Amino acid sequence: MKENKIFTRRQAIATGLTAIGGLLLPGCSKPLPPTYGKILRMADLLTYTSQRALLPDQSLVKEYHYGDITSFPATGTTNPADNKLRSNSSEEYGRLQKDAFAKWHLSIEGQVARPGKYSIADIQKFPSRTQITRHTCEEGWTAIAQWTGLPLGHLLESVGILPSARFVNFYAYDGWKDSIDLFDAFHPQTILAYGMNGRSLAIPHGAPVRLRVETQVGYKSMKYLKRIVVTDEFSEMLTPGFSWYAGI
Amino acid sequence: MKISHWIITLSFLFLTYSGYEILMVHPRLYWGEVGNDLTPALFELPISRNYKHGGWDESVPFFDNAESPVSSSRTINIFNENGWGRSLHFISAWFLVITGLIYLITGIVSSHFRNHIWLKLKEFSPRLFLQDISAHFRMQVDPATNGPQYGLLQKTAYTFVIFIVLPLVVITGLTMSPAITAAYPFLLDIMGGFQSARTIHFFASVILEIFLFVHLFMIYKSGFKKNIRFMTLGK
Repeated sequence: MKENKIFTRRQAIATGLTAIGGLLLPGCSKPLPPTYGKILRMADLLTYTSQRALLPDQSLVKEYHYGDITSFPATGTTNPADNKLRSNSSEEYGRLQKDAFAKWHLSIEGQVARPGKYSIADIQKFPSRTQITRHTCEEGWTAIAQWTGLPLGHLLESVGILPSARFVNFYAYDGWKDSIDLFDAFHPQTILAYGMNGRSLAIPHGAPVRLRVETQVGYKSMKYLKRIVVTDEFSEMLTPGFSWYAGI
Repeated sequence: MKISHWIITLSFLFLTYSGYEILMVHPRLYWGEVGNDLTPALFELPISRNYKHGGWDESVPFFDNAESPVSSSRTINIFNENGWGRSLHFISAWFLVITGLIYLITGIVSSHFRNHIWLKLKEFSPRLFLQDISAHFRMQVDPATNGPQYGLLQKTAYTFVIFIVLPLVVITGLTMSPAITAAYPFLLDIMGGFQSARTIHFFASVILEIFLFVHLFMIYKSGFKKNIRFMTLGK
């Protein structure tokens, strides 16, 4: 048998593709956020890393005028106290709702110097931020509303996150769990919102306090907040199947 | 050039498939920045059980006036397969954009566009165009020439798809990203808002699908086997 010594274009391309594949593989074992292994998730990771690398630091999303406020559908959980839900916190939410969330507390724990519990009054003592922004749902619809709340960055500075901290995890009364990185957590428009369109946040929209992550798609803006845990490790907690990073 | 043609074809088929799934989740299109089930649509497509968007609680106004925007809670579980649909769309989009850039650079550097795709100045003649149009109507298609000696309408169609429709579909796609429009808000201004970008994205993809069918038909008319052999083995 005679060996073909000529390095054809086709072989060159095949070798090149194999080499690129080899370069991609180590990326799968790094402790980076989204889950790998799954082919579909690799593109979400690519979107995440390239947006972090290429986009300028902390640009603000477009803010609108008061007259631009539109009708706003409430989707997903619209009341965690609904007995249809299987969340363990459902009953507790029902009780809190009865006295207008006077006994509600947001707990902050994990990699922080001063863990604690914050009532609505405590949260409202911080300087607030009001912004009129567009909610972009992954389903394809959009809506504009005015949100008032405490910038998450202020709260994280006040509890003193430890140098090892990398992710902020959120737990909700409807059983939803999710996390964002510190880049988005310290974005000036990432707020813990307690007001919507000049009124207290209504139950269908996440009362008493919801997250607003304006640089990502709607499902990252978690409603019905219960607990915040700052961690040094990423753990995928979102409902399986949905991309962890949704800046696109 | 030929390999990038096939990678782009494959990405486009996956993008069409996943794009259709994404559209099924919310088969209503709008103009401007905002559109949702509580606002009027430009039009609604009769695809998936989400068509006619039923299942809403009573509306609650936000403000104390008659024209106040409202809030309403959704009471039904809609069709939604966006978990894989969006991720498949974005992985295919990455392939399309990276390969597309390589294709564009190679096409310019190798003079492929100048020699074979772009119309030459002397070809901008109504008489020649009429000739080519009437030949097409009479279904007179020249057999494939084993190389890019393209016809007038063929060149025009390729130029339109490569330099207008595909870039438009990519730019409108990026305009729907909250992180990208935070950094580059001019995208929302030139497209006339998020929902306008979404609607343009939809129509641009329809144009690409029509192009695909005509392209396939012309390949069939001018010798399927010969064309495929030329675009793969190059002989």
